Amino acid sequence: MGDQPAIQTEGLSKRFGDIHALQDLNLTVPAGSVLGLLGPNGAGKTTAVRILTTLLRPDTGAARVAGLDVVRQPAAVRQVIGLAGQSAAVDDYLTGQENLHMAGRLHHLHRSEAHHRAAELLQRFELAEAAERPVRTWSGGMRRRLDLAVSLVGHPKVLFLDEPSSGLDPRGRHQLWQTIRGLIDNGTAVLLTTQYLEEADQLADQIVVIDHGRILANGTPDQLKAQVGGDRLQLRLATPDTAVRAAELVADLGSGPLQVDAQAGEVTVLIADGVAVLPEVVRQLDAAGLALSDLAVRRPTLDDVFLTLTGHPTQPPDPSQAPATGQPTSLRQPATRSIA
Amino acid sequence: MTTLVPRHPWTLAISDTAVMTRRYLYHYLRKPSLLAIALVQPVLFVLLWTYVFSGAIQTPGGITYVDYLMPGLFILAIAFGSANTGVGLADDLARGLIDRFRALPMARPALLVGRTLADTARNTFVVLLMVVVGYAVGFRFHAGPAAALAALVLPLAVGYLLSWISALIGLTVRDPETAGTASLLPVIPLAFTSSTFVPVASLPGWLQTWANTNPITHAVDATRALALGGSTSGPLLRAIAWILGILAVVIPLAIHRYRRVTQ
Repeated sequence: MGDQPAIQTEGLSKRFGDIHALQDLNLTVPAGSVLGLLGPNGAGKTTAVRILTTLLRPDTGAARVAGLDVVRQPAAVRQVIGLAGQSAAVDDYLTGQENLHMAGRLHHLHRSEAHHRAAELLQRFELAEAAERPVRTWSGGMRRRLDLAVSLVGHPKVLFLDEPSSGLDPRGRHQLWQTIRGLIDNGTAVLLTTQYLEEADQLADQIVVIDHGRILANGTPDQLKAQVGGDRLQLRLATPDTAVRAAELVADLGSGPLQVDAQAGEVTVLIADGVAVLPEVVRQLDAAGLALSDLAVRRPTLDDVFLTLTGHPTQPPDPSQAPATGQPTSLRQPATRSIA
Repeated sequence: MTTLVPRHPWTLAISDTAVMTRRYLYHYLRKPSLLAIALVQPVLFVLLWTYVFSGAIQTPGGITYVDYLMPGLFILAIAFGSANTGVGLADDLARGLIDRFRALPMARPALLVGRTLADTARNTFVVLLMVVVGYAVGFRFHAGPAAALAALVLPLAVGYLLSWISALIGLTVRDPETAGTASLLPVIPLAFTSSTFVPVASLPGWLQTWANTNPITHAVDATRALALGGSTSGPLLRAIAWILGILAVVIPLAIHRYRRVTQ
C-alpha cells in the first residue's frame, strides 16, 4: 500500500429521490490512520460506507480504497476491506466457529487455514468458550464482537465500522473500544462512523462532521474540541420561569455562549474550569434566592458540536422554532432541544 | 499474512457455492419446526386429497385416483415449499447478511445458487417422504425404476425453477412476510388450473385452452407419464423447454437484483 491513502474520495454524491444522501464528499484517510465520521441519523454516514464497500454505486464522483477504484475494481476492493455494520450481521443458526470458518472460506482460505484463523479470532475476542454454541444463544455484546471478528478474517487493509457501538451498554462499549484500539495498533486503517463525539474522540486521529451529506467540519479531535469548548454545566431551576434570570447571573462565569431552555427551566453553561466555577455559580444563585432542582457537569455531545458549528441542534423539533444563528455571545432562548 | 494459492475462478465459485449450500442446509437442520412443517405439509396433501377426492373424480383409462394424483402432488407440495427461498433471502437481507456477503470477495451467484440447491435438497426429502406415504395409501409406479426416478427428478427441477422465482420475489419485496405471500401468489392459480387434480378434458372449455398452455400442466403430464407409463416424449420435451426457458430469464434477473440490493 505504501504511502497512498487508505481511502480517498473526490466529489462523491448520491441521491435517493429528493434526498441528497451525499453531496460532493471529499475525504482522505492516510494509510494506517483512523477517521471518525461523525453525524446524526440520516447524515449520510452509512451511504458513504456502502459506497466505499462496493454495496452501492455513487451517482457522481470517485472513490479509491487502498488505491483501488470502488466502481471499476469492486472485486479487488472486496479483497482488501472488512465491514462491520450497524447490526451484528452474523448467522444466528451457525455457531461462532462456523460463522468465522464460513467467512474464511469465502475469503478463499484453505480449510485448515480457515480453521486456524477462526480459532485465533475466537481466542482474541474472548469468544472461545461459546464458540460451539449457535449464535442465537449469545448476548448482544458477544454477537457484536463476533461481527467484528468476522470483518477481520481476511486481514483487511481498510476496515469499515458503521456505528460499531450502537445498542451496546457502556461496559460493552468500552470493551469494544479496547478491541478497536488493538486493531489500530496493528496498522489497519479504519473508517468509523458514530453519533458519539466521545467515541470519535477516543478512537479517531481525524474527525469529519457531516450532516445532510455535507462536511461541516474536519480536523483532529483536539481541534474539534477546541472549537466546541470544554465541559457543560447544566442547571435545572426549581421554578422554570426563573431560568432567564439565572442565565443572566451566571453568564459571566461561562467561557462561551449560554443556552437557555425557558420551558424546561434549564440553563447550559460552557465552562473552562468546572472546579472553580461550580461553587461560584451555586453562590450567585443562592444569593439571588433561585433554587436548583438539579445540577450536573457533562462532556460535550454531538448536539453541542452541531450547536456550535451550525447554531442549531442536530434535529430542530420544529423548523419555525429553530434558533437564529451567528450570535455567539448573546443569550438565546432556543426551543426544547433534543438531547442525543 | 495468509497465503492464497491461485486457483481458477470456477474452482472458487464452486467452493463459494458449496459453502453457501452448507449454510442453508444447517438452517434446515437447526430450525426443527421449519423442517417439521416442510415435511408434514406434503404428507397432509397426500392424505387429504386422496381420501377426500378419490370417490368424486373420474380418472381416465381405469387409473386409480391415487395413481393419477400423486405425480401432481409431488409438484404441488414442492411448489408450496418454494416460498421458503424468498422468505429466507428477505430475512438474510433484513439481518444485514446479504450486505455482509456482498462485501466479501465471493462469487456473485454463489449465495443464490447455494440457497436454491439447499432448497432442492430439502425437496428431495419431501418427494421421498411422499413416495413412502403414497405407497402406504396405494400409490404405485408402473413404468419401471428408471422412469420412476425421472418422475421424481422432474418435480425437483420444477421446484428449482420456482425457488429462483421466489428468490427474485424475495429480493424485490425485501420483507420476509410479504415474500412468503407473494411467492405463493403465482403458484396457487397455476397449480389449480392445471391437470394436477382433474383431467383437462373435464374443465370448462375456456379454461381448457389455458390449462393446455399452463406450464404446470406440461410438468404434471410428463411426471404422470413417467410414473404410470404411456407416451412421455411429448409432455417431457415441453416441460423441459418451459423449465429451461424460464430459468434462462429468471436466474439473470435474480442475480442482477442480488448485485444491487442493500439493506
